Amino acid sequence: MIGFYGIIAKRNLVKKIVGMNILQTAIILFYVSIGAKKGATIPIIAHHNGGHHGVNAVDYINPLPHVLMLTAIVVAVATLGVALALAIKVYRQYGTLEENEISEQIREQTAEK
Amino acid sequence: MMSSHLPALIIVVPLLGAFVIAASGWVNRRYCYPLSLFVLSACLLTALGLLRQVLQNGEILYRMAGWDPPVGISLNIDHLNALVLVVITAVALVNVIATRRSVADEFADRLGPFYALYVLFVTGVCGIVATGDAFNLYVLLEIASLSGYALIGMGHDRAAHASLNYIFMGTIGASFYLLGIGYLYLVTGSLNMKDIAELLPLLYGSKVVLFALIICIAGLFVKMALFPLHAWLPNAYAFAPPASASLIAPLTTKVMIYVMIRIVLYVFTPDFAFDRLQLDEAIVWLAVAAIVMGSLFALAQRSLKRVLAYIIVAEVGYMVGGLWLGNRAAITGAVLHIVNDAVMTLCVFLAAGCILYRTGHDRFENFRGLFRTMPFSMAGLAAGALAIIGVPPTCGFFSKWYLISGGIAADHYGFVAALIFSSLVNIVLFFRIFEFAYYESPDESHNPHGAHSAAKLNEAPLEMVGALLFVAGMLVVLGLWTGEIVTRIIHFAIPAGIV
Repeated sequence: MIGFYGIIAKRNLVKKIVGMNILQTAIILFYVSIGAKKGATIPIIAHHNGGHHGVNAVDYINPLPHVLMLTAIVVAVATLGVALALAIKVYRQYGTLEENEISEQIREQTAEK
Repeated sequence: MMSSHLPALIIVVPLLGAFVIAASGWVNRRYCYPLSLFVLSACLLTALGLLRQVLQNGEILYRMAGWDPPVGISLNIDHLNALVLVVITAVALVNVIATRRSVADEFADRLGPFYALYVLFVTGVCGIVATGDAFNLYVLLEIASLSGYALIGMGHDRAAHASLNYIFMGTIGASFYLLGIGYLYLVTGSLNMKDIAELLPLLYGSKVVLFALIICIAGLFVKMALFPLHAWLPNAYAFAPPASASLIAPLTTKVMIYVMIRIVLYVFTPDFAFDRLQLDEAIVWLAVAAIVMGSLFALAQRSLKRVLAYIIVAEVGYMVGGLWLGNRAAITGAVLHIVNDAVMTLCVFLAAGCILYRTGHDRFENFRGLFRTMPFSMAGLAAGALAIIGVPPTCGFFSKWYLISGGIAADHYGFVAALIFSSLVNIVLFFRIFEFAYYESPDESHNPHGAHSAAKLNEAPLEMVGALLFVAGMLVVLGLWTGEIVTRIIHFAIPAGIV
């Protein structure tokens, strides 16, 4: 929610991008927390003593959300990359990253036309 | 042997194709266009093959890598998404042919990246439509969106800024969707759509499920630009390079509406979404607001592409309203409108692309005499306009007819009134353009040989006009095929429980 606030309220484009990233990270943490179980251990099944006894699922945390989040992390990184690249492009064009200054420049341009 | 793997091929072919195109861009730029043409044709053939299989044998369930769902990721092709897949691949193919010249002019040094992104975008939307896994859908959604952001950002002028705003809104939308899926996973322990639908009935009372539905739908509303959340769309589409605008505008919102239909009808099931919740009434009114406001905003614009962008906002309202009216006629109308609207939008955006290619701008004042100088492009625009208004032989009429009869069946006269209002506004909108283009003579400054000499024919390149006229023809053909499409495909796409 902090991230959400960041995207909506901040005027600086980089701050918005940071806000976006916080939002995504929060969701990643939410997923990771789904997998947790009280008193459980990491989901690595050790095969000592022959290793053919049954696995008690309660003893292991659920690894699936973590695996899903690997993909989500990749997505978040890619989004961040594209967003930063566009921010650079915007900066080259307008010489600023502040939203209100950009919209002012746009208004001036349209007025000139 | 190959035919049993078609569901996977429709994702794998463009995905690999995108890499090959990107690589060929470094070797020799001339290979990029033929390669993407080849890849997209292969996609269209695959989609047609899938539609044929579905029509013959019913639903296809494809197990990725042989794992059974719910453990493995499955691809589900039924009547609904086979139809949407054909539309997507056809739109992408026609558009790539139509825009070859304008792409070659605009991105001469960046052909490789452009076509790679183009094909990657098609991969994303095909994947979204084909997948049967809720999380997989999110990943493919991001593939489509990211390549879409880049395609829009490649434009000049305000494109980068518009695209950045689109990223913020798009990411919020996708994150909300992901959060909703997270809550569903929390209560059901499954990500497979069919599996969730089977597990959910026991949990209908749960507040978590309700929250999951609301937040998923809210995320999708942002992505599809339903009225109060539409702010990113007009700028992004108006400043995008013409070639990407006419790819992204027909596909993005339509695919998002498909996702909404899939989530509401097949994951949450109509029982829960329509009968147990009191949401539908509110969402239909939201759609009504979208239709009315979209039309009014469109009326206030002075340039063609922005008008078209706001018309899309209104059209999204049609489809959302159609789904949430929750009866058979209205949902048929919504699904039919996905197809029709994709073709209509392609048609008008291609026409705008032609005009832009020749005249360099798309403000109404510059349209004087265009019927004389660019008769074929304007004919295409006129056909698209008639379809959007909903004049009978074109396809727009039939989907509107279904939507209106659905509205009447649901006793929702507000929706019916909004549809008719928006049609009337569209008439005003387009005839204002035609008035400029037909009755006023070409501007003298554009015609240095004196105002009296007959304006010369100055048409866009043959491929653009040919593709445009083909699409315009499709509008009528689709209109005539409506009965066929509805009885053979859409009839099976809607769960039997809905009357």
